[in-house]
Order: sequence, then C-alpha cells, then structure tokens
Amino acid sequence: MSLLELDGVKVHFPIKKGVLFDRTVGHVYAVDGISLKVEAGQTYGLVGESGCGKTTLGRSVLRLVDITEGSVVLDGTDLAKLPSEEMRRFRRRLQMVFQDPLGSLNPRQNIESILSEGMVAHGIGKDQEERREKIKSILDKVGLPSNALARYPHEFSGGQRQRIGIARALVLEPDVIICDEPVSALDVSVQAQVINLLEELQEELGLTYLVIAHDLAVVRHISDTIGVMYLGSLVEEAPSDALYAEPKHPYTKALMSAVPVPDPEVEDRRERILLIGDLPSPANPPSGCRFHTRCPWAQAERCGTERPELRDVGGGHRVACHYTEEIAAGTLKRTTGEVVPATREGVEDVPPTLPEQAEKAEAAVGKAEQAAKAVRADEVRATDEAEKSPDAGTTEKATAGTAKTDTEKADHVGKADVEKADKAEKADEAG
Amino acid sequence: MSLLTVDELTITFGGHGRKESRAVDGVSFEVDQGQVVGLVGESGCGKSVTSLALMGLLPHKGVKIGGRAAFDGTDLFTMSPSARRDLRGSQMAMIFQDPLSSLNPVVPVGVQVTEILERHRGMKGEAARKEAAHLLDRVGIPDPTRRLKEYPHQMSGGMRQRALIAMAVACAPSMLIADEPTTALDVTIQAQILELLKELVDQEGTALLMITHDLGVVAGLCDQVNVLYAGKVVESAGRRELFTHPTHPYAHGLLGSIPRLDAPRGEALKPIRGSINDRIAWADGCAFAPRCDRYELGCLTGTPPLTEPRATGHQVRCVHPVLDDAKAEEVPA
Amino acid sequence: MSVATKTDKIQRLAELAAVKETSTGASLWREAFRRLKRSKMAVIGAIVIGLFIVLAIVGPYIAPFSPTAQTWRNEVFANRGEFVGMRSENWFGLDHLGRDMFSRMLVGARQTLLVGVVATMIGLIIGFVIGGLSGAFATLGGDTGRRIDSVIMRFIDMMLAMPSLLLAVSIAAVMGQSLTTVMIAVGVVQIPVFARLLRGSMLAQGSADYVLAAKSLGVRKRRIVLSQIIPNSLSPVIVQATLSLATAIIEAAALSYLGLGNPDPAIPEWGVMLTQAQRFFDNAPMMAVYPAVGIIITALGFTLLGEAMREALDPKLRG
Repeated sequence: MSLLELDGVKVHFPIKKGVLFDRTVGHVYAVDGISLKVEAGQTYGLVGESGCGKTTLGRSVLRLVDITEGSVVLDGTDLAKLPSEEMRRFRRRLQMVFQDPLGSLNPRQNIESILSEGMVAHGIGKDQEERREKIKSILDKVGLPSNALARYPHEFSGGQRQRIGIARALVLEPDVIICDEPVSALDVSVQAQVINLLEELQEELGLTYLVIAHDLAVVRHISDTIGVMYLGSLVEEAPSDALYAEPKHPYTKALMSAVPVPDPEVEDRRERILLIGDLPSPANPPSGCRFHTRCPWAQAERCGTERPELRDVGGGHRVACHYTEEIAAGTLKRTTGEVVPATREGVEDVPPTLPEQAEKAEAAVGKAEQAAKAVRADEVRATDEAEKSPDAGTTEKATAGTAKTDTEKADHVGKADVEKADKAEKADEAG
Repeated sequence: MSLLTVDELTITFGGHGRKESRAVDGVSFEVDQGQVVGLVGESGCGKSVTSLALMGLLPHKGVKIGGRAAFDGTDLFTMSPSARRDLRGSQMAMIFQDPLSSLNPVVPVGVQVTEILERHRGMKGEAARKEAAHLLDRVGIPDPTRRLKEYPHQMSGGMRQRALIAMAVACAPSMLIADEPTTALDVTIQAQILELLKELVDQEGTALLMITHDLGVVAGLCDQVNVLYAGKVVESAGRRELFTHPTHPYAHGLLGSIPRLDAPRGEALKPIRGSINDRIAWADGCAFAPRCDRYELGCLTGTPPLTEPRATGHQVRCVHPVLDDAKAEEVPA
Repeated sequence: MSVATKTDKIQRLAELAAVKETSTGASLWREAFRRLKRSKMAVIGAIVIGLFIVLAIVGPYIAPFSPTAQTWRNEVFANRGEFVGMRSENWFGLDHLGRDMFSRMLVGARQTLLVGVVATMIGLIIGFVIGGLSGAFATLGGDTGRRIDSVIMRFIDMMLAMPSLLLAVSIAAVMGQSLTTVMIAVGVVQIPVFARLLRGSMLAQGSADYVLAAKSLGVRKRRIVLSQIIPNSLSPVIVQATLSLATAIIEAAALSYLGLGNPDPAIPEWGVMLTQAQRFFDNAPMMAVYPAVGIIITALGFTLLGEAMREALDPKLRG
C-alpha cells in the first residue's frame, strides 16, 4: 500500500454574500476530484499553472483547508475524518515547506524559538536544553551554523531562510513533507542549493515528498512521478521520464513546449504549441473536459459534454483525455491553437559564411538534421505530431549555426554526417 | 551606429548623509535596430535600475547617474525633461513586470490607449478609438472594440500584459525596453507573450532590450546577451556563443545550476555556493570571488578588466575564466 | 595549492567582507528602537513628553505659590476684572480670582497627564480585549468564530457611528460631573478605535504564511494567537496609543470646556482652565493662551513620537 493516498478529494470554497447572515451564492471548485498515490521514499511532483488548485490540494492534505469530499489516507488513517485535536497531533507526521521563506517565518521569533514551536506542541524533548540539542543537529543537517539559533529570520539570506523552513519541518521527523513551491521565491543561483539539499535529505532520511510547483523543469528534476493539474483536476500522471518522453495530454504537451530551455540549440529546434485564451474561472469551470475551451485538439462531440476520467494507458501512465490514442497516432486534426518555432526568425550570431562554405554547411546540415529528427522522433513524438499538421509549416532554417546543434544530438546516428558538419562548422569559424 | 549606446553607466543611491550604495557600476552595451539584447542577472544585479535610468524614470532625489547613454545620437542624460518626455512613449517605450500595477485601475483600458495616441500622435476622437482597437487587435486581444471599455481588473494577466504592450507600441517606437515582461505570467501565457514580442521585432524592426532573470527566455529570444553581477557586466556575447561557451564562472555556474527540462533525470545540479549578498565591492576585486570555485588571490587585486579570452566579441570580466570546454566534459562521447 | 596561500586567500576575503555590517540576534523590536533613536521627530517628541512628565511629577513641589489660594484676589477685583499680566512676582500673571497662573499651570500638568493616560488606558485595554477576541475568532474560529466576530464588530460599528463627543456627553450626563467621568467618556470613545485596529491587524497577520506554518506544525490555536498573531499585530496599536494620548488630552479639554469636567475649580487642570478663561477672553486673552499652548505642545509631542514610531515599526522600511 502507498504511504499517502488521496481518493476523490474535492475542496470547494463557498462564495458568500450578505451583511450579517452570509448566504452561499456559488462555489469555487479549487480541487475537484483528485486521486493519487504517493509511495514511501519517493517524490511525487504536482505541476500546474496558477489557479489550478495545486496549492489548495497540498493544504488539504494537511487539512489546513476543509476537505469537502473524498479521503486522504496516510498510512491507513483517513485524515479527512479525524477530529480536530487528533488531526493536530497527526500533523507531526505531515509537514510542509512553504514558498515564501521570509513570510512563513514569524519575524518576531528567533530561530531557536521558531524551531522549537513544533516540538513544544507535540511534547518532544523533556526541556529546552534537550530540544536545543536536537535543533542544533538539524541545523547542521540543513547546512546552517549553530550560532543561527539566537538570530532572527530577517538576518538571513533567502536560501538560508528556506533552509530554516526545511529544518522546521524536519525537527518533527515527519513521514511526508509537502513542499509548496520550495524554490520559486529564490534567486536562480540559490535554487539549486535548496533542490540539492532536498534530494540529499531524502536520501539520508528516507523522506517522502509531495512537491508542488509551477516550474516543470524543477518538478521533473526531483520527482519520481509527476501529476499535471488543470483547473482542479489531474489531467495526466506518469513516471517523470515517461511524461517527458511522451506527454499524452494536449495540456501537458502545450505546457512542456512552453517551458523555455536555457540552450539556444534546443530552443532553435523546438516548437511551441501556443494555447489560445486564458484559464477559465474555477468558480465557473467549463462543462465536460475542463480543458476543451483551450485544447488544440478539441472535438465537437464528447469533449464539451463528457468529463474524461483519468485512465491508465499503460506503463503507469494515466491520462484524462477521450482522444489520447488518436492524438498519439496522428489521426486527429488540430482544430485550434498555433505551432510556432521557439526562436524568432533569423536570430543568428555566427559571422556570415562565404557562399561555397555555406553551401557545404547546408548540405551537411541537411543530413545531420534528418538524423537528428530521427532521434527526436523517438524521444518527443509530441512535437513531431505538431509538425505533421498542415499549418505548422515552419521548417527549421538550415544554417551554419544549427549545424553544430544537430550534429551533437545526432552523434550516435550518423558518424559520417557528423564529420561533414564538423568540417562545415570549422570552416564557418575560420570565415 | 547603434540605436542605443550605453557607456559606463553608473547609478548610485543614497548620499545626503546616508550611506551610498552603487546599484550599477559601469555598465556598457549597445542595441542595434531590430536587435534583441538581453540584460540577465539575479535580483540586485542592477538590471531593472538600468532600464529605469534609460527611460528617465528614476527619482531625481537621492540618485546619481554617471556615464552616457546615447539614443539615436542624442545623449539621454543631458536632454531637457520635456524632450525626454516626448521621446519616452514615442521613440522609447517600456513594458513592466506587473501589468496590473502599471495600468491605471480606475480608467478603462481603451481610454489609456487613446490617451497615448492623442498625446504623441495627435489623433482625435473616433480616429484614436479606431486606432486603439486596431492596436489591441494587433497584440492579439480578441474582440478589441468591447475590450476597450473594460477596466484592467476585468482582464486576465495575459490580456493586461498584451494591453500594456499595445500601449508601448502605440507610437511605433524604435526601441522597446521590457523589464521581466513574463515573470508574473504562467508558462503557457508567457509563451504567447514571447511570441508576440518576437513578432514585433521581426515585423516592425523594433529594437528590444530584454531584462530578465530567466536564461531560458534569453536563449530563445536574444541576439546579444549581457550577464550582470553586482552592477557590472561580467560576460557579454552572442546568444549561441554564451550558452555553448559560458566563460565567466558566474555565467558558467548559473547554467549548471538550473534544472533543465531536457536534462536526464538524476543528474545532480551544481549549485553556486553562498548568496548574492556574499559579495565584495568591485573596487576590491572581483565581486563574485567569495562564491567562486576558481577564486585565487589574484582575483582580489582591483576590478578585473573585460577581456576576450575565447573569441572576438565575447567579453568576459574574469582573471581565471572557464576556458576548458565544459560541454565536452558533460557529454561523454 | 599550499596551505599558506589557502589561508591567505581566506583571510583576504574575510578582510574584504568584514566591511559589511554584521548584526546578530537583533529582534525587530530592538531594530525599531534603534531606528527610533535616529529619528529627529522621535527625539523632539520624546523630549517634549519627557519634560511634560517631569512637570507632572515635580510641578506641585516647585510651584512658587498655592494654585488655589486667591492671594491677589483684592488686586484683581480692584482692577474690575482686568487681567494682570506678566510680572516678576507672577510670571504668567493672575487669573480672574487672583491666583498665580504659573503655579496653576505647573500643578495642572499632573491632572492633564492623568486624564490623557487613564483615558487612553481605558480605551486601549477594553479595545484590546474586544479586538483581540474578535480577531482570534475571525482568524482561527472557523465558521462559528466568524459569526461571533461579525456580531462583535457590528456592535463596535454602532459605537463608532455615534459622534464621539455626543457619546462622551451622554456618558457624562449619566455619570455626573467629575474628572472620572471625563476619563471614562474619553476612554470609551477610544474603545472601537483600538478594537478595530487590533482586529484588522490580526486578520492581516492571520492569513500570513507563518500562521499557516504554525498550524501545519500542529501548534494549538490559543498559542498561535498569543505567540504568533498578537505580537505581530501590536505595532499599529502602539502607534495609535501614542497618538491617542494627544487626542485624549484635547478631548478631555474639550469636555472640560463644555463644563462636564471637574466641578471643583480649585484643582487646576489645563482643560478646565481653558474653560474658565473663555469668559474673560475679551479682556484677558492670555489666560486662555497659557493652557491652550500647553495642551498644543503636549499633544504635538505625542503626535511626533507616534508618527516616528509608525515609521520605525513599518516593516517596509526595515534595513
């Protein structure tokens, strides 16, 4: 059995109006029927854009918001039904790391006081002396000096504050740590420190994480399993590598194609699926498939009327789409949306080549590109799929710059082509 | 000649008895017609302050600006305030990070767009309204005539940013400055906005100064990239050159510390140690030295100069640059 | 690399980094106090208040004459009510009954301060309890809590809706004329101000992430309110209390001026003195000017300090 199991969890916030006596005039369907399992010692990544309900879901696991329906089972105990005092005591086993490292630390408590708060609440440690020893050892684990004890949150840098937040969760020795956007408030150069720390701690202490984030790259980096949320429900769930290799749900495809990669070579070859419009309001979600209003593959029948269930399509890959198979097979035409190359036209910083060299380069590139495409076809069927559709007719420019790109990727496919391209590149650099 | 030439720009806050702090410490770069130039760096590196100084939006009190910035041949910092105002909006326009707070909340979007047309293009009444609708349509806002009557809060974040872009391009400026234009937006909306910016640059030949912390955005959009650290450009190169051969240890480390969507899972990130606060004054040596793995005593003898240790046009401010090809290391044949 | 160069490197870096200010273990309160000390406004305000307090304590002992003895009564009466101005004997002149104004001002300071402090304390304590309860119910009490909070708040709104002077007058009318009445009346008027302020501040803090963090740690609700929410909600209340001292003194003066204050004219109080001076304003304006200026300067002192505290406690200005 899994350590943490969510079954049909719904969190609906009433919208209230009235002066003295509130009247419910509607609901915000923040989380609308989510079932997932988190295995012990593993990381489950929950990804989605703002307003998709991922934060609410994370909080509902800790019962920081009321669960409208469904069950949250941790190690055999249904948290949704626990009386509040028992739930309070149970929180020791479930801890949370927050997004805003400064906002989540009481500015008027020093670090020792912040870290002992939870231990006092759960009666851990005989006296403050014992608690202080424990805190010191945890601070050491998260890479903070023990002289931090008497200091206040505002005296630390962002990364250090997040370490304090992690330490606060760790002192209670929880089974599951819910990390809500653990790095998004941090500077880029510091994010990696915190990500690595989370990974090291997991290895050392056998922790189970539920990581909630909007950044697909971060989630993919640390998660074993990824669930993609859209407007209160899961649209796709798969092992991390499988999801990246072959995103099946149209939303996942669009999301993945929209994430910029810090590498011009990749960006040049990638194509973006541009969604039309914005996220609908969770107070008034579309009927049928929640995504059908923006889906590039939306069909006239079923999509607007019938809500797709999350179904297993093999290999632990679950998708909530009526037409997954058809989209994968390429038999379904895109109806809306736009596919564009990820870089703009003519972006080039390579010095112009002599005509004959350019010709050579182009020839080499052509081959290398084919080879690269072959590789990519295996890896990312999604983008290829998009290319096939008639209006996606932006072919990549065979320029000297891309030659190098493609050669690297095509390495194990065509050595001869690679060599040619290499020569072309050298010629370029000489010219 | 370049459209915008920034030469040794320094911006100092404080004075008048308060402790002075230098936000920008001698930044030089150029932007050509139709070119996209990126200013990349983390919070506190001086990128946003630079953009505000170029637009003339910094307060006069408590700010000292040094160096020169020439736009189309005229010096921005010696210009008269009224000439500056005319230039701003018509020739140079800015797009901000937070579209909600950059729009006036109590005035319909349409009025805000027509105001600009009236002020800078001398259009009136119906003509201005028509042009405004055309502009909204241009930036991909559906049903523009109806949208003109809406207030900013009635629009979504993406729509607001589009409206802001419409206002920025209302007078067909030759230069756009975008300060983290997509940071507040979701990835799928970010993709839409980036696409729109690309289109503007390609079709109108507008020069774009892109200020961002997101190296991914830079990789897809910019021709020339300037990496800032603690108020100085530490590396400047063409986009391809920079991403394939990051040479300053900071740029190199930054690229190594970002989780990439396409990187194989399980590969540990290589973080840069410490935080941005752990820096020393440039006058003492390299500001990055306390966080640098390649730090030597030589790093602390004055400001390291910009050199071109790898290729012409690839400027690096480092005494011990990363010259061994890291890419070759990472991808074993 | 040799060990020597390594230590050299570390040392050199440490030297350069040492320039940066290193502060350890300074709580927000202490930092706010540090900022307060640097503010000119705060220093001037504190000096004025300090002088006022010293005056209130030693005033009766250093007064050259008895404030109640109508020593120069005959002289004043002989002048047919003409005001006797400054003279070497009586620095501030005499009042209409031939009492020494300077002595009356010195002795009156104590009463004035007492009215201000007691009235503000009444408002602060009762308002704090009501606002604190209301805020606690609203932030952590769930649906029932929110309902209780909204009932309390409607009651407070009703109090706020009453014109403050009218409320004070009616309280005075019920309780009769005395200094205590004035203090209670002025204090009661302050109750809704403090209650609303504390509740609002608590609501803002209640949705902060650190409160959520405490909840997720399993900290008990009572402790969350007492150790997390309230300490962070105090700043605006402290500022308001300082500013209220100024208004309380002025309002007490106003009530005394309306004749609701101390009926015993023998005990000098600046507000009462101002009332009495009113009748003689045409030919003896200085009699009104002394207590009025006293009240204004004191109120200004408290206002200056309050404003300076507002700035010092503002988290946005931290640094």
